Amino acid sequence: MKATILVRPKAGILDPQGDAVGHSLRKLGFDVAGARVGRVIDLELGVDDADAARAEIERMCGELLANPLIESFEIRLGES
Amino acid sequence: MNHRAVVAVVVFPGSNDDRDAGWALGSVGAEPAFVWHEETVLPDGTGAVVLPGGFSYGDYLRTGAIASVAPIMDAVREFASAGGPVLGICNGFQVLCEARLLPGVLRPNRQLEFVCSDATMRVEAVDNLFLRRCAVGQELVIPVKHGEGAWYADEGTFVQLAARGQIVLRYADDVNGSLGNVAGVVNESGNVMGLMPHPEHAVDPLLGSADGGLLLAALVDAAARHGALAATPV
Repeated sequence: MKATILVRPKAGILDPQGDAVGHSLRKLGFDVAGARVGRVIDLELGVDDADAARAEIERMCGELLANPLIESFEIRLGES
Repeated sequence: MNHRAVVAVVVFPGSNDDRDAGWALGSVGAEPAFVWHEETVLPDGTGAVVLPGGFSYGDYLRTGAIASVAPIMDAVREFASAGGPVLGICNGFQVLCEARLLPGVLRPNRQLEFVCSDATMRVEAVDNLFLRRCAVGQELVIPVKHGEGAWYADEGTFVQLAARGQIVLRYADDVNGSLGNVAGVVNESGNVMGLMPHPEHAVDPLLGSADGGLLLAALVDAAARHGALAATPV
């Protein structure tokens, strides 16, 4: 089963990369009030059961893929 | 017979201050022992562990994240939980935070620029294994060189850490957007410390400052005590 994980800086966490991107977009003339930059992780999993996949990915995020102090994550199954 | 305290220096792929750390530790009386990250045990008689600076695993995912789950880290965790002194410098600090051995996390510098300069910092607490040769309020000059050194924790954690003496070093100026100008923290029992500045680059006045030697010498003191303790038959 394929899965995509979206990792984002949590609300309120300083995101200098997002600020720099927003600033550059405004310099190009775009009407952008704010930008946040996160990370996309596409996985190809060995399991085919959606519930099992979700549980497995939550463990991956807890152990490695996201830092809960500063990041939130969203799991999308069967997308990548 | 070897009476020098053994300090294990963990080498990850991408570590680049391991040799400097080893040299500096030798200059303050320790016997450095380099340990590859794929090892699962620390060398016999290890009295302290240093996680050096660098760019482990190319800073992929988040700085320190991949190194924090390297095979050797289980042994480091066990060593720390037995009271062994563990010091993380720069990337080593990032690794210890990602391994949850230290509170908080290191984020990209607010100015999004790599900083490389001498930094002045104030000693905030000395009741830990690393700053016993310093006094509260003492100013140290130690170089920094990092792109992701802005330490962050939520407000409640920060207040609690400060009250418990776990915020041990603060920059005199805002260097990187670090919350409360934090430069270094310790764990609750004071035997694990991380800092962004590089004490191993400040052990000789010829290079501008020997203040880093105060910290490393205290680590070696602690390593000698811990190593002797570990060697005592029960």
